[in-house]
Amino acid sequence: MPLLTAAAQIDPFVPQLYKVAHVRRELSDVVTLEIKPSQGSRPSYAPGQFNMLYAFGIGEIAISISGDGTDSTGFVHTVRDVGAVSRAIAALDIGATLGVRGPFGTEWPVTAAEGSDILIIAGGLGLAPLRPAITHVLANRARYGRVAILFGCRHPEDILFHDQLAAWRGRLDIAVEVTVDHADSNWHGHVGVVPALIPRVSFSPHDTVALVCGPEIMMRFTANALRDAGVASNQIYLSMERNMKCAIGLCGHCQFGPTFVCKDGPVMRFDRIERLLTLREI
Amino acid sequence: MSEDCRNRAMSQNVSEPATTSSDGTALPVRAAAAVISRDGLQALIDALAADHCVLGPTVRDGAIVYDEIAKLSQLPAGWTDNQDAGRYRLERRADDALFGFAVGPESWKRFLHPPVETLWTARRDNDGFSIEAPSVTRRKFAFIGVRACEIHAMAIQDKVFLAGAYADPGYGSRRRDAFIVAVNCAEAGGTCFCVSMGTGPQAESGFDLALTELHDGSRHDFLVEVGSDEGASLLSRLPQRRADDADLEAAAAVIAQTRSQMGRTLDTDGIKDLLQTNANHPRWDDVAARCLTCGNCTMVCPTCFCTTVEDHSDLAGATAERVRKWDSCFTLDFSYLHGGSVRQSGSARYRQWITHKLASWIDQFGTSGCVGCGRCITWCPVGIDITEEAAAIRAHPTSGGQHGGT
Repeated sequence: MPLLTAAAQIDPFVPQLYKVAHVRRELSDVVTLEIKPSQGSRPSYAPGQFNMLYAFGIGEIAISISGDGTDSTGFVHTVRDVGAVSRAIAALDIGATLGVRGPFGTEWPVTAAEGSDILIIAGGLGLAPLRPAITHVLANRARYGRVAILFGCRHPEDILFHDQLAAWRGRLDIAVEVTVDHADSNWHGHVGVVPALIPRVSFSPHDTVALVCGPEIMMRFTANALRDAGVASNQIYLSMERNMKCAIGLCGHCQFGPTFVCKDGPVMRFDRIERLLTLREI
Repeated sequence: MSEDCRNRAMSQNVSEPATTSSDGTALPVRAAAAVISRDGLQALIDALAADHCVLGPTVRDGAIVYDEIAKLSQLPAGWTDNQDAGRYRLERRADDALFGFAVGPESWKRFLHPPVETLWTARRDNDGFSIEAPSVTRRKFAFIGVRACEIHAMAIQDKVFLAGAYADPGYGSRRRDAFIVAVNCAEAGGTCFCVSMGTGPQAESGFDLALTELHDGSRHDFLVEVGSDEGASLLSRLPQRRADDADLEAAAAVIAQTRSQMGRTLDTDGIKDLLQTNANHPRWDDVAARCLTCGNCTMVCPTCFCTTVEDHSDLAGATAERVRKWDSCFTLDFSYLHGGSVRQSGSARYRQWITHKLASWIDQFGTSGCVGCGRCITWCPVGIDITEEAAAIRAHPTSGGQHGGT
């Protein structure tokens, strides 16, 4: 019986094997794993794409690639422990084996956005799928106009990539604003929802590309606020989430209206899904 | 497996100039149309059985289902099906027609896209685990009695499973190897609406051989039309005679009669926009008050393709496997994200099903997902009728224009 290596080339259902090379605990329930292929090299990926990660005997979940540019030989994934599979993956130790299928899906339009102002707007764990885009933009900073990162989460202790956000905030060539929903007196930053940060940064609405990732309701309000601020709907990109089983358009689970989030997304242009976002339970 | 079978084109119709039947309607004439007797049909099954698993309709548990067959006597001779919304009964016919019924609860989907399929097995080893593709036991199928709507359903699933960036390898190999013997329907069921969907009742392509049962008291034999080189090759080995004009006219009359008997109709004009612009129509709550969200409609539908996966491990935790199973958009789990299901209400789930089937399928695959077989109507335990629900939306659209843009 042939082992994975031969079969996987033709069978999109069969994962490749990877090993955990590094684990970093980000938050009480969030870890970032750096994984490397057991054999050969990893396929290339674009910012915004995701992999299906498989924990032995438990199952498979879609997780965005959250690499920060230092991951040339493997993938970086940031996982929140919320269910059986994510719990098993978040608990993997260095050296543990996991299965990987991917990368799949659409990408953040970081190349098309060259020359424009960039607004990167994240809610909670939504910062993870945006980190490859941020890394790309910062590595090619001269190709973009003004760059702003707007981040919001529930509490100060939920700030993802805290040290990295602080480092970005220290740069003179980008604006970084952080807000939390709830805080005690030790917090000296903004309190409130993410869209409220939009007026705090300067950008040219008619020449701005916005990349937005977070809970669906946060993205909807953010997109509407951006549009109210003068950013055209076709310059706003959201990263959608739906239940996924196959990630290759064959299982039907991730349908969002006429789209399949796995292949028509996860990154979708706001004007193309604007009507769907107004429908309940779609 | 013969290389011939592997390389066979899916639908090779031999088209020739049309002639005209006695009633003036155009009658397609194909090369090598022949007539075979019931013994000839047995010879066809015998020939196919040499290197195929031959499947055909048979009576089991009060329904006509597809099963392995070897003898003509296993076919549902003298049976017909009485179908209406939420109703299916087998009844005796006055004659001994072999294909004198419409369609049963099962479609050929069961064989090409099986309800349960192991995708791979993983085994623990010293270095973590390894993954093995399933051992391939290739069964070449021969399907006897495939109706026109079912051929269209296969073509629709071909688009789903084989035409995208990623193909389903198991489906692809089973589909390529399948030998298809179509049967033109001699009788429409009470829930049939293939004429509305443009999918029947005559099989026009996508088969190897197509039969029309000719049965009028004075005769009981089959007109055979050829749809592929393999079909022609097989037919040449059967006892037969060349079809004459009378045979062709008799076959055309059978199809014309079936065409006039449709139990249901569905107006497909602008239906994509109609459904997509009526996502908040009150009818969705109306149908949800009746719908049990049981998923029967999705299980009997010949095009519904959705699946879930289950990951199992043995008690020792040494071996795990990933199993793919049919799933239904009517379950709560189907749209589950952490925090809850996207489609909580029955109205959202019914809306998803019918809108996908009749509208967004067109966006996704360039074709309707409905072939008008009527199974979802017949097998709905509360008799919800897709044609009635679509008509209700059309009668009182809530959108700005009847065909308003999306």
